[in-house]
Amino acid sequence: MALLKVENATMQFGGLTAVKDFNLEINQGEIVSLIGPNGAGKTTAFNMITNVYTPTNGKIIFNDTNITGMRQDIITKTGIARTFQNIRLFKDLSVLDNVLIANHVHIKSNFMEAMFKLPRYRQEEKEMVKKSLDLLEELGLEDLKNEKASSLPYGKQRKLEIARALATNPKLLLLDEPAAGMNPTETDELTAFVKEIKEKFKLSIFMIEHHMNMVMTLSDRIQVFEYGITIAEGTPSDIQNDKKVIDAYLGVSEDD
Amino acid sequence: MNSKKRYLNIALIAIVFLLLFVANNSLGSYRVRILNLCAIYTVLGLSLNLINGFTGLFSLGHAGFIAIGAYTTALLTMTEKVKIQNFFMEPLIAPFNNLSVPFIVALIIAGLLSALIAVLIGAPALRLKGDYLAIVTLGFGEIIRIVITNLQSLTNGALGLRGIPHNTNLYWSFGIAIVTIIILLSLINSSYGRALKAIREDEIAAESMGISLFKHKVIGFAIGAFFAGVGGGLLGNLMGTIDPNMFKFSLTFNILLIIVIGGMGSVTGTVISAFVVTILGEVLRFLDMEKQFDFGIFSFTGIPGLRMVIFSIILMIIVLFFRHGIMGTKEFSWKSIFKYVNKKPLEEGGKK
Repeated sequence: MALLKVENATMQFGGLTAVKDFNLEINQGEIVSLIGPNGAGKTTAFNMITNVYTPTNGKIIFNDTNITGMRQDIITKTGIARTFQNIRLFKDLSVLDNVLIANHVHIKSNFMEAMFKLPRYRQEEKEMVKKSLDLLEELGLEDLKNEKASSLPYGKQRKLEIARALATNPKLLLLDEPAAGMNPTETDELTAFVKEIKEKFKLSIFMIEHHMNMVMTLSDRIQVFEYGITIAEGTPSDIQNDKKVIDAYLGVSEDD
Repeated sequence: MNSKKRYLNIALIAIVFLLLFVANNSLGSYRVRILNLCAIYTVLGLSLNLINGFTGLFSLGHAGFIAIGAYTTALLTMTEKVKIQNFFMEPLIAPFNNLSVPFIVALIIAGLLSALIAVLIGAPALRLKGDYLAIVTLGFGEIIRIVITNLQSLTNGALGLRGIPHNTNLYWSFGIAIVTIIILLSLINSSYGRALKAIREDEIAAESMGISLFKHKVIGFAIGAFFAGVGGGLLGNLMGTIDPNMFKFSLTFNILLIIVIGGMGSVTGTVISAFVVTILGEVLRFLDMEKQFDFGIFSFTGIPGLRMVIFSIILMIIVLFFRHGIMGTKEFSWKSIFKYVNKKPLEEGGKK
């Protein structure tokens, strides 16, 4: 049984169909990538899964639960975490706070218990801090824990955003162009990093990315979008030799 | 370190109360009243800062919550005889006509009622953002005032309430201010506080991190309203008389002034600026008097309202040059004091 199953999801904005009949299956432990030219509707597909947009049509099933149209925070609670194309950290807060906030989703104490520091909350807070520090240490960010998130260099901000997503204990991680704006060396580092966290945290990953090296190295399967329609699907080697994909990326010569 | 901090805090509170004792015995009633106002404005400033500064909800309906608190406390503490004197147009409805509870109980009921109204207002209003929320809360604040003006048999309408017992003294006002500071700091530094700050920083990211925006906004709004109600209760019982005109938008504006000057998102800043603004407001009162000032180089005559002109200029300077107020989002902490005194880099090096 697939972990995430998207069935014929369609998103229309007025007369514009951004994504049409989007089908996707991600199994436990897989990395699936979504590629395509700019404006193909990749982020819209993402936003449908996390219900930033509720699909006009179709169903999204995660872990045997229908999550179509569920509130975003509840979707996060069920185990889907995401990062953003343009980094969205809590800029004025410390690195540790950023990760702690992601832990809040699983809190059991209510705000009264937190406000008056009752035993159950104190215990939970202690666990949250420990868990967050462990996570930061594992990802090599522990030296920066008291820094303001906005003061971090770009690559570390990307990493922190992933760390923050991991802190919600996801089963499925959605990465929206994690390597955007990175040079080749940084991209290689990130590739290794994604591989590492996938193993460590037993994740399934759904990723949008433009760096083909990264996509080809990491992905178990790739799906290609053009104008909101899936034009190809398959393993990295299938995709590399697919004529439709090459046409979509390089254009069609008039003689053909 | 932690227990040391606790002792220092206890010592600080003890010193404050010692100073209050001295002030209570040596200062005249005018100055004691100003000190009381400082503490009350601290409570009110903190309550608005929780909503505006920490949760990032631009709310302008604070005067409404203060009014609810002031009226509730007044009605619950006035004696039966005074109530009969007050309500000569229409008698006060039951059960308030012969109900009288201790001051602290009245304050808590006032706060809870305020919080309840905040939840009712917040349910529709908090779905809005930014300027729209500001306008809607402003509207609700005014609605509360107008309802109070028209509920003759409950609030005595435009006549207001007179002869409210002067329960508020320095110990009450400062005691409650300190309790407010402790509770709010505890909330802000808790997981819920962090969630509120996350909403302020980036709603989209906060929601995708699993924070229920609506629930947390309502929590922030209601707790803010609770303390606004308590502050209003203290204010009413300090003044001795209240009427609907006290709770116009200008009251909200005064409190907004305090938190903007002090720093949106700083408890320390709010406390400092509540004192500065309240005392400055009294010190500058001479400008409102119609008399000749001679500074040698130039001279001018005081005009009623000139005080507010000065305040506006101060506000403009703050907005232009200290965008984040006196403290920004920084807080006072013993750690930074030690750091300053010892001039040795601390291992943890936090700025807080």
